[in-house]
Amino acid sequence: MSLLKIQDVTMNFGGLTALRNFHLELAPGEIVGLIGPNGAGKTTVFNIITGVYEPTHGRVFFLEREITGLRPDLITKAGIARTFQNIRLFKGLSVLENVLVANHLHLKANYLAAVFKLPGYRREERRMREKALALLERVGLLELRDEQAGALPYGLQRRLEIARALATEPKLLLLDEPAAGMNPKEAADLTAFIKAIQAEFGLTVFLIEHHMDVVMNISERIYVLDYGMTIASGKPAEVQNNQRVIEAYLGVNEDAED
Amino acid sequence: MENKTRNWILTTVAVLLLVGFLYFADNYLDLYIVRILNVCAIYAILGMSMNLVNGFTGLFSLGHAGFMAVGAYTTALLTMPPAVKKQIYYLAPLMKPLDQINLAFPLALFVAGLLAAVVGGLIAAPVLRLKGDYLAIATLGFAEIIRVVFTNTQSITNGALGLKGIPALTNLWWSFGTAAFTLVVLRSLINSSYGRALKAIREDEIAAESMGINLAKHKTLSFVIGAFFAGVGGGLLGNLLGTIDPKMFSSMFTFNILLIVVLGGMGSLTGSIISAFIVTIANEVLRFLDESINLGFVVIQGKVGMRSVVFSALLMFVVLFYRHGLMGETEFSWDRLLASKICRRTRALFRKNLQQRGVDR
Repeated sequence: MSLLKIQDVTMNFGGLTALRNFHLELAPGEIVGLIGPNGAGKTTVFNIITGVYEPTHGRVFFLEREITGLRPDLITKAGIARTFQNIRLFKGLSVLENVLVANHLHLKANYLAAVFKLPGYRREERRMREKALALLERVGLLELRDEQAGALPYGLQRRLEIARALATEPKLLLLDEPAAGMNPKEAADLTAFIKAIQAEFGLTVFLIEHHMDVVMNISERIYVLDYGMTIASGKPAEVQNNQRVIEAYLGVNEDAED
Repeated sequence: MENKTRNWILTTVAVLLLVGFLYFADNYLDLYIVRILNVCAIYAILGMSMNLVNGFTGLFSLGHAGFMAVGAYTTALLTMPPAVKKQIYYLAPLMKPLDQINLAFPLALFVAGLLAAVVGGLIAAPVLRLKGDYLAIATLGFAEIIRVVFTNTQSITNGALGLKGIPALTNLWWSFGTAAFTLVVLRSLINSSYGRALKAIREDEIAAESMGINLAKHKTLSFVIGAFFAGVGGGLLGNLLGTIDPKMFSSMFTFNILLIVVLGGMGSLTGSIISAFIVTIANEVLRFLDESINLGFVVIQGKVGMRSVVFSALLMFVVLFYRHGLMGETEFSWDRLLASKICRRTRALFRKNLQQRGVDR
């Protein structure tokens, strides 16, 4: 059974085709990478999965259920969480509140129960808090829980964004360039962190990344996009030696062509 | 825990002092001052309700005067005695069931709030698809539509003639009681999980949606609750003033409330309360600006409307140089007050004084 299945998806923006006949299947528990030069359509894939864009053509299935064009919040509810390429934390809220917000979708009490602090709501709020604190402890941000999210250093903001995504209790985690702007040491820490939470939370991870060390090290399979087309897919070693991938990244050596 | 008990005691004392003051004001202060105090409390309600939408949810809505109008007219029509209604509707008689209905004041206020909330809910669906400036324009237009409709529904609102002889039921207890209720409810909402969701929408809509927050539902919730309290505030105001007409609820009214919200701090309920008092009282104190001023050697001719100029300038000043307003996004708290510089200095001064007198603590 596949967890996520993207079937023949095409995405046009006016005259521009950002993604053409894209196919993808993720099995539960996998870590899969998505790479490609800038503008290849990687983030478009994420935006289609999470419902930000409705594809021009094609269908997306999650747990055998079609989710094409569903509202983003419903897709998150179904079990897909994401982080963003340029961090999008709730900067003015505290670290703890950022995580609590991501728990809001599980709240059953209605707003009147919340306003008048009925016992049912109180119980849920207490449980939410416990869960959020446990999660913050797990990712090592517990001491910083009352800090403003926007005031955290860059690396911790990335970590908080992952924690926030985890708080929605996803089955599939989409990471958009989690190691962007990190030095090799930080990137290595992040790799270990992603592997650890993947095992701990029983996640499937699908990530876009430019750091080749990170992708090659972490992914079981890799998809390579160029100009909206899948030009290669397979095990890291296979992809690394693929002629078309090398050309896409380094360009074609015209002198050597004939 | 110790602080919690202390704060609880301080709050109780403050509430008792307020009640005592209201009792004193109600019985001994002259009507002019009582009326200003009433207006302060009502503006506090209006400011808080607007702050929920604009400050906490980040929806730039300028439709507040419309909701107030709905509330003011509803309460007035529900509380006016049938005889008075008969008397003032001389162009066209009041519609059938309304001319006989006469409800108790609190019930009428509640109905006014509900009706304003219903109107808010109806316009939320189309209007809340818009963002930023476009939302502001659409809501401003909505408020104008309400005003025009009220001017032309002769047999319901008495049109441009307005309503006169609305029973003066608003007193200090109702206005301050409702303001306190509004504060408690909105504070509780904002500190709840729903409040966090609203703040998340303000901070980053895209991220909020991808965290599973239903944008339409939560924006509508904020808008409807804001409209409810605006309606209640409008109702209190109508029954305080005794006369209302559609012209009163022009966009100028919305801007007055906006000034209160911005001055107090977008995202601070207590800030809105403080600035409601400052603005209302300043509005009275600055009354001399509208009259001629005799400086002995020269007489400055008064211009009606000079006060508005002062307030417009104040709003510009706040937006340019003091964007956070009085309170920013923080709320009043005893901990903060007692830790503040002024408070610490006063205590130090006291201690010094005591020591000088040779009294050891």
